Amino acid sequence: MTSLELAQKLKAKFGDLIAGPSEYRGEISVAVSNAQEIAVVCEFAKKQLGFDYLVDITSIDNYGADPRWAVVYHLRNIVNGLEIRIKASVSEEKSELPSVLAVWRTSNWHEREIYDMMGIRFTGHPDLRRILMWEGYPYFPLRKDFPLAGKPTDLPGVAFTRPAPLEGGPFVTLPSDAGAINREPRVRTVEN
Amino acid sequence: MSSDAILLLSSGIQLFMQTQSEVGYNTKIEGDVVLTTVDAALSWFRANSVWPMPMGLACCAIELMAVGASRFDISRFGSEVMRFSPRQADCMIVAGTVTYKAAGFLKRIYDQMPEPKWVIAMGACASTGGMYRSYAVLQGVDNVVPVDVYVSGCPPRPEALLDALMKLQKKIGKTPVIEDMKLLNLTKSEVAA
Repeated sequence: MTSLELAQKLKAKFGDLIAGPSEYRGEISVAVSNAQEIAVVCEFAKKQLGFDYLVDITSIDNYGADPRWAVVYHLRNIVNGLEIRIKASVSEEKSELPSVLAVWRTSNWHEREIYDMMGIRFTGHPDLRRILMWEGYPYFPLRKDFPLAGKPTDLPGVAFTRPAPLEGGPFVTLPSDAGAINREPRVRTVEN
Repeated sequence: MSSDAILLLSSGIQLFMQTQSEVGYNTKIEGDVVLTTVDAALSWFRANSVWPMPMGLACCAIELMAVGASRFDISRFGSEVMRFSPRQADCMIVAGTVTYKAAGFLKRIYDQMPEPKWVIAMGACASTGGMYRSYAVLQGVDNVVPVDVYVSGCPPRPEALLDALMKLQKKIGKTPVIEDMKLLNLTKSEVAA
């Protein structure tokens, strides 16, 4: 049994809903074309394919592309150590997909973190509150169009937050195949 | 003996009783009696029994633990009594990165500490935000609470924190106690009236 075979089983079960499987450096990924079906796919992956451990849920901001969001589920089978990655794309207008809390209870805080940082909502989540920023914070700071320094906001009870001074740093690299001069660490905004 | 002088006896009451009758120089009690002012004595007590509130928020807290352990031994300065209740603490040692979310409860814990109280900002993060120039990190704990001593370092060496404590002790030792006591001032005003 390999991850690829399990991914093909997933493909056989759901047909056109599943794109892939694709392989990169020995890791298997599949994409779910309709994000609204993610909970059904995940339930099958757990119950039938034995992916009993949700390692992580991550989200990607493909700023400027459509659909803007990608939510990535990293699954693992504890017994035989096989891993698979399930990707779901979500448009910016919708910014919503079903919660997998009924499948893995550990997804509770993962989904809260994605909501907090990226602003993607999970329908059916019982307690979708911010987890790292405080209640009432108006922005989603891991979005690409949010400045690293932050924006001025009100923090009730303490009552201030200003953008952090960024002059001269911190330095962010831009991964690309460009030359070293363009790739080197520097202060970056969404424009440059 | 004037009312603002205090007699400290290291050899106990009995000796004191024995020497009641004799006035003036007495070889038996030589070296056992120290004369000082109440103010100086109280400041001295205060400075040498600073009970820290360990506000360990990040990796600086590990160095804070080292300061408390035997090699560096903060108890040499009378500050080994780490109090996890703000009601029993004198000095909040902010050890680590203060995020905006942590700033709320940090302020609240500071407010719960009884007067007189002091704050040591330990390390770069607590002092200025350090390397965390971002939307999530408070750029210096002095934005929410008044800081008495800043310690540089990332994290500071335990000796640096001990040095900060000694600086704070010097500051406390120079602070007049009685004149600051509101209760006493009230009594004085009553006497004047």
